[in-house]
Amino acid sequence: MFLEFFDLLRLRGVNVTINEWMMLMDALDKGLANSSLTGFYYLCRSVIIKSETEYDKFDQVFAEYFQNVAAVEDLPEEFWKWLSEDVHVRDIYDKSMVDGFLRDLDDLLNMFEERKKEQKERHDEGSYWIGTGGRSVFGHSGYHARGIRTGGTGRHKSAVQVAGERNFSDFRDDTVLDIRSFQMAFRKLRQYSSRVDAEKTELDIDETVDKTSQNAGRLELVFEKPRKNTVKVLLLIDSDGSMLIYSRLCNRLFQALRKSNHFKDLQTYYFHNCIYDDLYTTPKCKQWESVKTESVLRNLSGDYKVIFVGDATMSPLELMRKGGNSIIGLYNREPGIEWLRKFDRKFKKKIWLNPIAEHSWSTVYGRETIREIREIFPMFPLTLSGLERGIKKLLVNK
Amino acid sequence: MSNEMRKFNGSSGYVAADELMNSVNIAMALQKPLLVKGEPGTGKTMLAEAIAEALDMDLYIWSIKSTTKAQEGLYVYDTVQRLYDSQFGEGDVKDIAQYIKLGKLGEAFTSEKQCILLIDEIDKADLEFPNDLLWELDKMEFYINETKETIKANTRPIVIITSNAEKELPDAFLRRCIFHYIEFPDQEKMEEIIRVHYGDIDRTLVEKAMEAFYDIRNMNEIQKKPSTSELLDWIQALMISGVDFQKIKDEIPFEGVLLKKNEDIDIMHEIKEKGYSLKRW
Repeated sequence: MFLEFFDLLRLRGVNVTINEWMMLMDALDKGLANSSLTGFYYLCRSVIIKSETEYDKFDQVFAEYFQNVAAVEDLPEEFWKWLSEDVHVRDIYDKSMVDGFLRDLDDLLNMFEERKKEQKERHDEGSYWIGTGGRSVFGHSGYHARGIRTGGTGRHKSAVQVAGERNFSDFRDDTVLDIRSFQMAFRKLRQYSSRVDAEKTELDIDETVDKTSQNAGRLELVFEKPRKNTVKVLLLIDSDGSMLIYSRLCNRLFQALRKSNHFKDLQTYYFHNCIYDDLYTTPKCKQWESVKTESVLRNLSGDYKVIFVGDATMSPLELMRKGGNSIIGLYNREPGIEWLRKFDRKFKKKIWLNPIAEHSWSTVYGRETIREIREIFPMFPLTLSGLERGIKKLLVNK
Repeated sequence: MSNEMRKFNGSSGYVAADELMNSVNIAMALQKPLLVKGEPGTGKTMLAEAIAEALDMDLYIWSIKSTTKAQEGLYVYDTVQRLYDSQFGEGDVKDIAQYIKLGKLGEAFTSEKQCILLIDEIDKADLEFPNDLLWELDKMEFYINETKETIKANTRPIVIITSNAEKELPDAFLRRCIFHYIEFPDQEKMEEIIRVHYGDIDRTLVEKAMEAFYDIRNMNEIQKKPSTSELLDWIQALMISGVDFQKIKDEIPFEGVLLKKNEDIDIMHEIKEKGYSLKRW
């Protein structure tokens, strides 16, 4: 049953297993879908999806499989414009929630296509044309129970509409998230020292009491290795003008890192576009608040995990040429890229987080320098999923 | 499933969305644990209480802390007590069974009637914690080594598990659960919740308080956003004090009830005054 739907879910990256599918079949046998598509939608979702970050993905697949909501999107522009002007905001009674939702969808879609071709102008409150507030099967804010909603806000939530609305798109893994989400991600950045060789120095009281009691009172002391996070982090943030639009985002990242007090050490420095002879201790990048990059490299051990945050976009000259530093009056004898390579050689684990969306890295202004820098550092987008991937990279032993 | 299927339709003190009730019923029918996730203050813990009340069942609550071990939920062997008893010649030391103390899971399993087991905030514990309970929750039984006894549930308890999403839960565990995410209530739902708690409360008060509340929640800069329980407390404070309802939105009296951090209060004032706040950057 519905095996195609199962395949489609897996194809679209929703991780359904056979077990869950059997669970769903079991539920259908028990009549838990209430013989309605809406019931089926909620049933599927609660059985198959195990995280709100996946709700959106599920909605899309459900919509794709059961109604081709996407197909409706190739409506002519004007339709969307009419529909977005919601002229009929009104209360509507719940009179159109009907069971037996499954009208022949093909027919409905065909009809929709035809109507689309016929319709030449804006319609509100009719029972035939696509428009707002009417009883036609098409449009929004209307009364028809089993119609296709085109844009606008839904009043009667039938399953496919709910799915089409994608209410949960905010929770997608790949969107940019708040401090807490970042913090959660950083929690994963830990390595307990009990894994590495350490002396057993901590008295394990519970075990001692247990063992002693089992010995009928003869004392036996039990020691264990202390468990502490050994991760040390060096954070390098680009605070150039081009980063200003991402300042809010970077700030959240920074706060999340600072609050994640489970690191053994956290060092933060700022740079301007690219790293040269100096690093700055404040985001203002003033010369009197700077340290020599050389000394940072010398003082920190190679096991620091380095996180660069920057858009990596600049003039190629700034990266490749001596004296490329864009701050007037600061001459660098070594090109920026050499400085980056020094970081690469010194530190074993490093990533670059880029606030620019991943798909435009190859097209955006500064794509040349992005490409160059990506050759040195693994680059990830500054989103929750990007950060998680990056953190994984920082932890693996390769 | 011998007896007739019982369904959860909400209770007098708890407003549940249809989808949530639906999920509860699915979990009950499939005899799987229901994993409930959602922002703090969306009534995850209350849900179990409401189900217990509606279905007239006993509720066992196992609150998880960062130090909780899976074993504690099953049983604890009180070796220290046994040691004392042996040293002071009290009790029957030979009878190990009397030193076995069942945990919440054990209690729920041995309950005469079907009951509800709430495993609260499962994500607080160690990463491996949920995996350690897989077998027990699947089979609803466990084995006590010391007494060579198997504890098995007569009737499978209804298991509700809540999570604040502080940690990712392991896949193997998730696969066995029915999942539901509770959204933060919208204005309509919130009004319903307020009415459940305060009955016929003044309309204007509710309206003004909610307006102010959602305004504050929409301020992105605020770190700890007020939740339902804070709104309810706040409304009570407003009711008792008898402030002028029209002033609620502008003055936000008793702001400390809504916002627990001084920093957040400052930010709220700044945004109210200037329309923005730069405090966080």
